[in-house]
Amino acid sequence: MWVLLLLPFVGLLWVPFYNFQEPALLGFPFFYWYQLAWVPISSLLIWLVYRRRTPDETP
Amino acid sequence: MSDQIDWIALAVFLFFFLLVTVIGFFAARWKSGPVSEHLDEWGLGGRQFGTWITWFLVGGDFYTAYTVIAVPALVYAVGAYGFFALPYTIIVYPFVFAVMPLLWKVAHANGHVTAADVVHGTYNSRSLELAVAITGLIATMPYIALQLIGMGVVIKAIGLTGELPIVAAFVVLALYTYSSGLRAPALIAFVKDIMIYIVVLVAVVVVPSKLGGYGAVFAAANDAFAAKGGATGLILKPAQMLPYATLALGSALAAFMYPHTLTGIFASKSADTIRKNAILLPAYTLLLGLIALLGYMAYAAHLNVASNNDVVPTLFKVLFPSWFAGFAFSAIAIGALVPAAVMSIGAANLFTRNVWKSYIDPNISHAGEASVAKITSLAVKVGALAFTIFLPTQYALDLQLLGGLWILQTFPALVFGLFTRWFRAEGLLLGWAVGIVWGSWTAWGNGLKPLASIDLGGTSYVFYVGLGALILNIVVAAVATVVVGLLSPRRAAVPS
Repeated sequence: MWVLLLLPFVGLLWVPFYNFQEPALLGFPFFYWYQLAWVPISSLLIWLVYRRRTPDETP
Repeated sequence: MSDQIDWIALAVFLFFFLLVTVIGFFAARWKSGPVSEHLDEWGLGGRQFGTWITWFLVGGDFYTAYTVIAVPALVYAVGAYGFFALPYTIIVYPFVFAVMPLLWKVAHANGHVTAADVVHGTYNSRSLELAVAITGLIATMPYIALQLIGMGVVIKAIGLTGELPIVAAFVVLALYTYSSGLRAPALIAFVKDIMIYIVVLVAVVVVPSKLGGYGAVFAAANDAFAAKGGATGLILKPAQMLPYATLALGSALAAFMYPHTLTGIFASKSADTIRKNAILLPAYTLLLGLIALLGYMAYAAHLNVASNNDVVPTLFKVLFPSWFAGFAFSAIAIGALVPAAVMSIGAANLFTRNVWKSYIDPNISHAGEASVAKITSLAVKVGALAFTIFLPTQYALDLQLLGGLWILQTFPALVFGLFTRWFRAEGLLLGWAVGIVWGSWTAWGNGLKPLASIDLGGTSYVFYVGLGALILNIVVAAVATVVVGLLSPRRAAVPS
């Protein structure tokens, strides 16, 4: 599961993958809505890892 | 922009400023503990902040007022390149989720208050502890100065001139931080963040509707960049891609090495508080992405600004009624108070624990620590204020940039020890020194641009100098660890 945490790094640091104007969405060029879309996606990925991890032992 | 005082905006501004001042002093009694008797109380708010308080506090001090001014200013000036703040503040959270709960556990189990405490606890090395503490102190000072500059920009937009308003604001801030400690910015952060959310949500809905929609906003910016030429545009030039990605990664790794962000981590109630925040804090990143677009809206609104930093205040003055502009300016100014307070507390904690206690008075009592920290927080703020008043603004910007590069060099000492005990203190110290010297030297040689270049196989690669310095730092630390291991196989004893 922890490998999910690497996806935002891959998706955002490999710039040639998203450095385009088209296709636009609601007036936003691809470059912008693609990166903004990674915000909720990253939250979701972290939440998935959070759910599957073994809880802290209670002190 | 006219220099006349906007009385309605000023009245709204004063109202909110008084409100947070009252909250700041009242905070000492909130979730009350003996604020003056223990550094955990003054400097970490009693280590009891749950998910929501931590969300407001870290959101409030990581996404600073200066960000609200500077990110749209950079986007206005150069376009897509200024957007690196967005990937930066996304990828920081998987890192926070994976690493910061481990750091919290170590700090909680041993009563550590600062990063340098953790490093000393792990490696039992006074020199490495001092290196981390000094780096944190020096990197934080210009950061506080930047918050003052951000506040100065909006105070100027209201029409107030001279240094007096900002001095007055800072004296008030210094006094309630002194009396309430971390509880003050934690409580004020609620007000600040809610105000900023309102301002930005209104702006991103109302402004494009007045300017013809987001399509028109982007088109206006595109035309402006086409006329401007150079390394600007709605997407990156090929040569900008590597700098963009390395700036994002380097900044993300540096972000939670700063004393103010770590203070938020150490003040959390549990490791799980931090994990939940790694899921919830990206809401602020969405906000930041929308704030950045204000830079493009300035083109659609045909603004003329004397300085890029005036983009945001001018946009609000032109497009909104005075009372809402005043509300927005209050949000930004209060937005400067929260990080400035947390930064001065983080710096005061470092000085108290890792300089005063380690070198001047090892037998200091808990109450003594709290009073040293309180006085240090005043000194730090006076220093930052003097900095902004007596030195050119550009110095603060340059030093803040170098500060990011410096603080990143404490990463190996602080983070590697959470996963492995292989590295030796001597190696980490040498790596830190080499990273700082090479990075500063390279940035200096480039006219303080944060970029370095390297030639590989005839192609030149340009990248963020801080990340290059970090890689060099790690390589030197590893080689030196091997060498020291050969020379003296026995390690310094680490108290368990």
